[in-house]
Amino acid sequence: MRVAVVRFPGSNCDLDAVAAMRSIAGLSPELVWHESDKLGRYDAVVLPGGFSFGDYLRAGSIAARSPAMSTIRRMADRGTPILGVCNGFQILVEAGLLPGALLRNSSLKFVCDWVNLRVDSPRTPFTLLAQEGQVLRMPIAHGEGRYYAADDEMRALERGRRIVFRYSDEYGKAVAGSNPTGASRNVAGISNEQGNVVGLMPHPERACDPLFSPSGSVDGRLIFASLLEGAT
Amino acid sequence: MNVVISNKEGARDPEGETILRDLVHRSGFGDVKAIRAGKSLRVEVEGADERAAEALVRKMCDELRIYNPAAHSLHVEAGRLTG
Repeated sequence: MRVAVVRFPGSNCDLDAVAAMRSIAGLSPELVWHESDKLGRYDAVVLPGGFSFGDYLRAGSIAARSPAMSTIRRMADRGTPILGVCNGFQILVEAGLLPGALLRNSSLKFVCDWVNLRVDSPRTPFTLLAQEGQVLRMPIAHGEGRYYAADDEMRALERGRRIVFRYSDEYGKAVAGSNPTGASRNVAGISNEQGNVVGLMPHPERACDPLFSPSGSVDGRLIFASLLEGAT
Repeated sequence: MNVVISNKEGARDPEGETILRDLVHRSGFGDVKAIRAGKSLRVEVEGADERAAEALVRKMCDELRIYNPAAHSLHVEAGRLTG
C-alpha cells in the first residue's frame, strides 16, 4: 500500500511518519511535496505534524489552500483514507474536511506530554484493529489543540459516532483531569461522515518504537497497521 | 481605543509576506499588492474623553513596552468596542 506523507514548508514530523510506517511490512510511505501533481496516485495520505507555513495567520490555514489540498479533497470524496496528525489535523479542519476548530490550549501553554487516548470509534480505516474503549498511549505536543465545535456540530459528531479518540484516564474514563488541553468533551480526534478522513492531535508516529517511548508504548503502530488491514 | 502593532515600515514582515504569497496570490487574488501582519488590541478606557484616552493608551503602550519600538510601529485610534 502506497502512502503519501505530504510535506509543507514547516512540516517536521514527516520523517517520523515515514519511519513509523516503514516499520510495518506492507506499507510503502513516500514523502510528497505539497505542490506535487503526483499525490492522486497514492492509496492513502498522511498530513504530518509541524508548523506548516510558520503557523502564520492560524495554524493550518495557509496549508489548507495549498495545491495538495485540492487533490486531497477529491481523494477524500472517493473514500481514500486520509490521516491528519497534529498540524495535519489543524489543516484538515481549516480546509473544511473536518468540522470545528482547534483553539489555543486552555492553559495557554504548549503541552508536551504522554497521554491516554480512548478509542471511541473502531470503524475508521485508522482504528480497525482497535477495540471500542481500548486505551492507547501516545504523546501530544502542541499549543493549539483544544478542540471546539458548536453545540449542534458536536451533537452531530456524537450521533454519527465520529468522535474517534477522547483523552481519558488509564482506565478509559474521559474525566476532566485527563484532558490536557481543555478540549470540548475530551475530544482528541474525529472523522468525517464517511469515516475515511481522520484527524487527531496526538502523535501515533512517535509511539511506534519502544526506544523513543518512556513506557515502551508502541500503540501508535495500531493506527498504521489498521490502515494496512483495511486495504487487504 | 484600537491599537495596532505591526512591523516598522521597511522592515521585513514574514507573516504578511507568507499570507500574500502562499494564500492570497496562490488563490487568484493577484490584485492584492501587499499585506502587513500585526497584532490588534481593543482597549476600553473608563470615563475619559477621546484625546485623553488616546494619550493614556499611548503612555501605557510605551511604559509597558506593549510594542518594541526597535522593530514595531504603533498605531492608536479612537474606536468603539463592538462585538
